[in-house]
Amino acid sequence: MSKFQIFSKGILKENPALVLILGMCPTLGVTTSAINGLGMGVATMFVVVLSNIIISLIKNIIPNNVHIPAYIVVIASLVTILQLVMEAYVPALYDSLGLFIPLIVVNCLVLGRAEAFANKNNAIDSALDGLGMGLGFTLALTVLGAAREMLGSGSIFGLKFIEGDGIIGFVLAPGAFLVLGLLIAGANLLSKKIYKKEE
Amino acid sequence: MDKKNPTLLSMVLVLLGIALVCSAGVAAVYNATKPVIDNARQTKKVKTVSKVLPQFDNSPIDEAFTIVSADNDSLLCYPAKSNGETVGYAVSSFSNKGYGGKIEVLVGFLPDGTIFNTEVVSLNETPGLGDKCQKSKSNWAERFNGKNPESYKLAVTKDGGDVDAITAATITSRAYTGAVELAYKTFMGYIKGAKPEAVSGATQQAEPQN
Repeated sequence: MSKFQIFSKGILKENPALVLILGMCPTLGVTTSAINGLGMGVATMFVVVLSNIIISLIKNIIPNNVHIPAYIVVIASLVTILQLVMEAYVPALYDSLGLFIPLIVVNCLVLGRAEAFANKNNAIDSALDGLGMGLGFTLALTVLGAAREMLGSGSIFGLKFIEGDGIIGFVLAPGAFLVLGLLIAGANLLSKKIYKKEE
Repeated sequence: MDKKNPTLLSMVLVLLGIALVCSAGVAAVYNATKPVIDNARQTKKVKTVSKVLPQFDNSPIDEAFTIVSADNDSLLCYPAKSNGETVGYAVSSFSNKGYGGKIEVLVGFLPDGTIFNTEVVSLNETPGLGDKCQKSKSNWAERFNGKNPESYKLAVTKDGGDVDAITAATITSRAYTGAVELAYKTFMGYIKGAKPEAVSGATQQAEPQN
């Protein structure tokens, strides 16, 4: 696999939210607005890139029996660091994402990439993998958040373009499932078209 | 080291080493960000308190004291003074009956008990419905401004009060109104129980009122 393929597979072909269906808790929970989706995506990208790099560097000294606890300690520390930094420098975003920041620890996207990729590959490839996966996750969450915000509140990134209320159901949980389902269908269609020739 | 068949000692040592390095990293970041976080929290507090009080020239945060309410909750109260004269009090109140749990509201009173302004400190209400009790989402909460609860019954109209609930968010409106009412009752208990001129930053307790 070329470096570019390692990076780009996370964006569409193996998009964590739309194809691998990983990390559904933040995907459905925080995407009530585009800015929340973007913020959550970037926060997760930060954690997955760093955890991939660190885990690929220390993979050789960790005995197999204890590799999961070791990874979790690394990931939890990264998330705590992220939480402190966010509270200090972007308190508004920190407030709106709230409980979902510490929950990045149990986002299976992060542990999943550590298990499936970082513990078999070198640091550079792992960083690229994390970056691609994080970017794919961010894109999916931002589009999902934007769609729900447009339909549900009549605004985009906080800018109101329709006066009054939108369709409230799209801000609530059912809207998250509906929009996510349509996005998954869209992603499947798109990747079929793009990757048809290769297969 | 044998990765496949590690000894107990090597597993313990590796985990210990990782835990030590990680905690050192977290501790370093904690120390680096602590002043910034404290500062941001303090700024936010000052900003919220200033929003619900008339013009003042003292530091309400430093002069804050607690009042014990009728049902034994202690609420923080921030006195606002201008030229040494008390111009208002901000009472930090709450209700646990919101749709998404606890709602914290800061309520500013004039010394005679008239509500000057209210502001949400934290909440977890449904976006698009209950979160309209925030000033940034709708002007619903402004209905409390300038009202004196003596002549303005603090309950939603469904419960026989004077507060029109937010459409489709009666529970949130009820909780918000309840928090304002708790603040008012506690505040009046304090005002009636203590001599107003004795307010000077010292922690005081009011007689419970019913």
